[in-house]
Amino acid sequence: MIEGLFNYWVVIILMMAGLYVVMASRHLVKKIIGLNIFQTAVFILFISLGKVSGGTAPIIADGFAVYSNPLPHVLILTAIVVGVATTALGLAIAVRVYEAYDTVDEEDIAALDAEDQQRDNAVSTVTDTTS
Amino acid sequence: MLVATAVTIIRTRKLMSAVMLMGFYSLLCSCIFMVLDAVDVAFTEAAVGAGVSTIFFLAAIAIVGRTSKPTLPGKTVVPLIACIATGALLFYASFDMPYFGSADAPVHQHVAPRYLEDSPQEVGPPNVVTSVLASYRGYDTFGEVGVVFTAFIGVLLLLGAGTRRSGIERTAPGDTNDESMRQKIVLREVSDLVIAPVLVFALYVQWHGDFGPGGGFQAGVIFASAIFLYALIYGIVPAQKLLPPRKLAYLPGVGLLLYAGVGVYSMLMGGNFLDYDFVAADPHDGQHYGILIIELGVGITVAAVMINIFYSFSERSL
Repeated sequence: MIEGLFNYWVVIILMMAGLYVVMASRHLVKKIIGLNIFQTAVFILFISLGKVSGGTAPIIADGFAVYSNPLPHVLILTAIVVGVATTALGLAIAVRVYEAYDTVDEEDIAALDAEDQQRDNAVSTVTDTTS
Repeated sequence: MLVATAVTIIRTRKLMSAVMLMGFYSLLCSCIFMVLDAVDVAFTEAAVGAGVSTIFFLAAIAIVGRTSKPTLPGKTVVPLIACIATGALLFYASFDMPYFGSADAPVHQHVAPRYLEDSPQEVGPPNVVTSVLASYRGYDTFGEVGVVFTAFIGVLLLLGAGTRRSGIERTAPGDTNDESMRQKIVLREVSDLVIAPVLVFALYVQWHGDFGPGGGFQAGVIFASAIFLYALIYGIVPAQKLLPPRKLAYLPGVGLLLYAGVGVYSMLMGGNFLDYDFVAADPHDGQHYGILIIELGVGITVAAVMINIFYSFSERSL
């Protein structure tokens, strides 16, 4: 049983590790790294599902009868490239956040936003009373 | 080992080492894919994870700074509980999963046998992954290329590649960097040796994807990483002279249109969208040409998108 399910357990551990980083980390780039770990965990899950014991890579050749399932390979192959494109998009957003706030720390950004909010409220109350 | 690397990535607060470890982690992943018979996937993961995405992360942390502050003590408890709870549920569910490697698992029952048995007759290429990718699931792949293209548009809108006139303000710091890199003789000589074979290899992967592992996605990424290497050693300015970003910005669209064009052409010839049987007089030839052309479209799009994104980031960081 341990051999049969070991791959899935590793996937679960990696997946939770990634999820934890996404939730707990304050740094936006670190969050994207966590997202990447989560993503690779999904990749490993799919590829593990596609494996047939005693099989070989799904390239048809003489002398082999058992092949692993090509379908998960196709899905993950494209998912990896799409993954890097979306990662780049996430990093681009992080860069823009940095240019706007001068920090990519979640708490600091929230603090800056709260300050802005307070200032806006103060200004609006002043204008209300004068009018 | 994978778990150990992942935990180290989480623990470290130095983003530089986290990114480097990510590269190592990807390489480990690709070894695992290799062992699990997924040669195409291993190929892609090695090129993307250990190459391209590491460079994107490096470019990003060059802009936003290298260290992250420690998490507030109260903030770790809730995520930790949520993760452990979810993990326990998944762990419980894993007992219902078919055992690893068993041939009678549900995944292997539905369409996979047909792909494996009939694709040499129906499509042609011995690499089943290529025929599934390009022919049986051509719509799917078209969608994926569309997503890559959309991500490229997003990055372009956010960061704007090639929109600045070849900037005076960024050549000054760029030049000093270039000099310091150029003086590293070992790096320069090795990269001189490597770049040309890498480009040739990318083309080989592109055109040989029918027979061995490979195809447009991998070739695009490998081609892009050769350009990255050139830009890292010789500076971004010569690289942009070689491939001007303004012209390069059209190429993702060209690749996507090439893909769509094959689909429309097969419709004009009386078939369905992306039905390669109608691309040429003989269905077998048609499949072959169709796959070659759409793989070329994929390769162009992926390579151009990666290089464009790299330009966008490096223009920001200089």
